[in-house]
Amino acid sequence: MNELIYGSITGIIFGFLLQKGRVIRYDKQLGALRLLDMTIVKFMFTSILVAMVGVYILKDLGIAKLSLKPTVLGGNIVGGLIFGIGWGLLGYCPGTQLGALGEGRWDAIWGILGMLVGAGIFAEMYPFLKRTVLQWGDFGKITIPQVLGINHWIVIVAFVIIGILMFRWFEKKGL
Amino acid sequence: MEQKENDKGWSPYIAGFLTGLLLIASVWFTGKYVGASTTFVRSTGFIEKVFDAERVGSMEYFKKELPKIDWQFLFVIGIFIGSLIASTTSKTFRLQGVPDMWQGRFGPGRAKRAIVAFIGGAVAIFGARLADGCPSGHGLSGSLQLAISGYVSLICFFISGIVVAGILYKGGEGK
Repeated sequence: MNELIYGSITGIIFGFLLQKGRVIRYDKQLGALRLLDMTIVKFMFTSILVAMVGVYILKDLGIAKLSLKPTVLGGNIVGGLIFGIGWGLLGYCPGTQLGALGEGRWDAIWGILGMLVGAGIFAEMYPFLKRTVLQWGDFGKITIPQVLGINHWIVIVAFVIIGILMFRWFEKKGL
Repeated sequence: MEQKENDKGWSPYIAGFLTGLLLIASVWFTGKYVGASTTFVRSTGFIEKVFDAERVGSMEYFKKELPKIDWQFLFVIGIFIGSLIASTTSKTFRLQGVPDMWQGRFGPGRAKRAIVAFIGGAVAIFGARLADGCPSGHGLSGSLQLAISGYVSLICFFISGIVVAGILYKGGEGK
């Protein structure tokens, strides 16, 4: 039961911040994909970099554990490219479209219905996909510092620097 | 349908920073990393169970992702509530069935938007499940843990998303 309460609270705060950051709108999502408006990229990478530092500190202190998804290049690449096609058409993500609906953008309902149908199609095809695409390039649960064989803080510091330079470039270009 | 000029929201950096803190808190206190796309599988499982419970019970993918209400399910519902709270308290809630940018390019027709959004949703979730995550599960949670699967998927989301957006808005209309 506690788990459900935590899930609700986390979701409510996340939805609140997404709406305040104006990142759940079609115009912002497509704005990023058309390379006109980087609002969602700024939001996303700021949260990634902050959470990266915090979560790795917790991990080093033994307070938290990582929960990595395995790298299966077939699934990640083919699935990722298919997702992007759908994302470009819909202009919402699975999570953010609920937020879009919450601020009155009811065309998200079509996306939600489409996702329920698409999930059903995936479930039907899963046995086949599991034997094929999901077998290609299975590397297990790997991280960038693992593959490079270096300490994770070197990677984190590098990412933070790259992120800040990227943000400065966006601001200079007015994106 | 008039555009509200006072709808400034928060800087994406601030909203992103606070979201990063939220992600850290979630990992710290509950060990949970955010994600959204599995919820659509579980929901579809629920709906299909109404029609043929035996079949759903025997399907491999629904055995893997049981139709149940879990942390993530409430998280996704919470996004809706959080966005509703943020938009109504700031008077930015606006009922809209066709996004402005879409309308500028494809006109105000709701049917056209509905069909494309529905197809987009179905394609997007299929891809997300094949990739084993969406912009929440891979984009945020995967990237912040420095998972290879997170970055590979996220890059693929953007590649085909940018291509599709480029095709849809070729010529630059609807800016």
